Amino acid sequence: MLLAILLLAAAIAHLLLPVGPLREAQAMDPELADLILAQLRLPRTLLVLGYGAVLGISGAALQAMFANPLASPDISGASSGAALGAVLGGYWLGLTQPLLLAACGATGALATLALLMTLAGRRADTATLLLAGLAISLAAGAATSLALALAPSPFAFYDAFDWLMGNFTDRSLAQAAAALVPAGIASILLLRRARALDLTALGEDVAASLGLKPRRLALEVIAFSAIAVGACVSVAGAIGFVGLVAPVFGRHISRGHPGRAMAPAAAIGAILLVLADMVVRAVPLDRPIPVGVITALFGTPLFVWLVVTMRRRVTA
Amino acid sequence: MTSLFARQVGIAARLQPTDLGVESGELVALVGPNGGGKTSLLRALARIEGAAGQVSIADEDLDQCSLARRRQLLSFLPASRDVTWPIAVRDVIALGLDRPDPARIDELIALLELDPLAERPVDRLSTGERARVLLARALAPSPAVLLLDEPLSNLDPYWVLRILAILASAAQSGQAVLVALHDLGQLDHFNRALLIADGEVKMDEAPAGLMASERFEDVFRIRALNGAWSIRRQADPRSSQ
Repeated sequence: MLLAILLLAAAIAHLLLPVGPLREAQAMDPELADLILAQLRLPRTLLVLGYGAVLGISGAALQAMFANPLASPDISGASSGAALGAVLGGYWLGLTQPLLLAACGATGALATLALLMTLAGRRADTATLLLAGLAISLAAGAATSLALALAPSPFAFYDAFDWLMGNFTDRSLAQAAAALVPAGIASILLLRRARALDLTALGEDVAASLGLKPRRLALEVIAFSAIAVGACVSVAGAIGFVGLVAPVFGRHISRGHPGRAMAPAAAIGAILLVLADMVVRAVPLDRPIPVGVITALFGTPLFVWLVVTMRRRVTA
Repeated sequence: MTSLFARQVGIAARLQPTDLGVESGELVALVGPNGGGKTSLLRALARIEGAAGQVSIADEDLDQCSLARRRQLLSFLPASRDVTWPIAVRDVIALGLDRPDPARIDELIALLELDPLAERPVDRLSTGERARVLLARALAPSPAVLLLDEPLSNLDPYWVLRILAILASAAQSGQAVLVALHDLGQLDHFNRALLIADGEVKMDEAPAGLMASERFEDVFRIRALNGAWSIRRQADPRSSQ
């Protein structure tokens, strides 16, 4: 309940702040203020909320599936893969349709997650998972740079820099929809698997003995996460740490249940990303800093804390 | 009354196709050397992925029945005590139930003396404590058949005896209980024993007869000597016959 109120407050704040330009527009022409709200502010707010929620849900789902609190869209390499897919689609295939680009992003994310599953296995230990994810992320990142450097358009690199690490400025309602409709459907499908993911906490054998299909569940989690993350990345870039951190707090609310943590993780992810984007807007610079920089800045200490507590538990 | 009926259950390269019938109220021990196929048989009966054949409980094919019905028919307890997530003991037991039933959970907490641990995260407990919690989860839905893989490992003597008593009363109330175990001294508490080795059921009879047989000693490579088990030597005259 508290979480819902916080989420609503964050959404309204994100939509209305800074309030100055809206007031000025209102004074000049009331219709202009409405236009700013509907055409500029609303797509951005929706996109930020939706992307944050997607990171929370897919992070929690991947963590439940890999039985590891460090699995997440960024650490698994899914975000990097999605970025690569979107770059290839946008700069090499010349696609401009937001929905097609979202499909490219989803394909890239799917390819990296499938590779991770093949390399590390479903219930890999932390070291294997991190190393495989790191290798995939680095490879995808390098491939993205290469694709941009060799792209037909000489401006590809500068152009892409603006969104690769997360950018929500000047996104149209059509772009927001291209990201959020597929992501929303995939997220709902993930949320419906909350109970099944909770049961996998007892081990895959117990889940299977109860009639669930752990292998199919894993493939579903991977496919839906890839679609959700890939679509968002193709519109707003790869944003780290939210998908790692939001599920941790989500599980505090779900009393440790990995599947039931998806819903609170969605709300927390949305709030975190709204806050990060408000920081971006509040920073008085003439060009926007990527949102991913902000989330990394705040997320890194949390990540370190997570690793330290995990290590303590292992050695205890 | 036949409770569990398995036809040609097997797992490729691990368990030969096996037929097995267990009556309700039977308390069956599965014994055999490491890697012989005890766990594989339990997994095949629990219809875990990769298992061939057909298993029916109370005349219902497990592969056909709904998830909710399946919970009423069987519980499987794996030998692994690992739980990745910090779920409270009470909530772990609740995962065994289809719908919330605080009274049943309280009953199990009392039965397994988990009161002081009820709100603690399960991943912070000792292995023996986790064993009790996970057993409580398996017992929770009072299924027709209990498939328990080494439920008596990692337990102190008090809890070995307590859980043997709990299993006996489960059998008395009409459940069929299959238990894989290693301590041959515990066999006395069972009314039927399967000797499993090389991926097949080698013997199936009352524990006393099983332990007295030569085949039993062959499979385990031990022999009874002055009321205790000892390693069988190569030159043992009985093994050269």
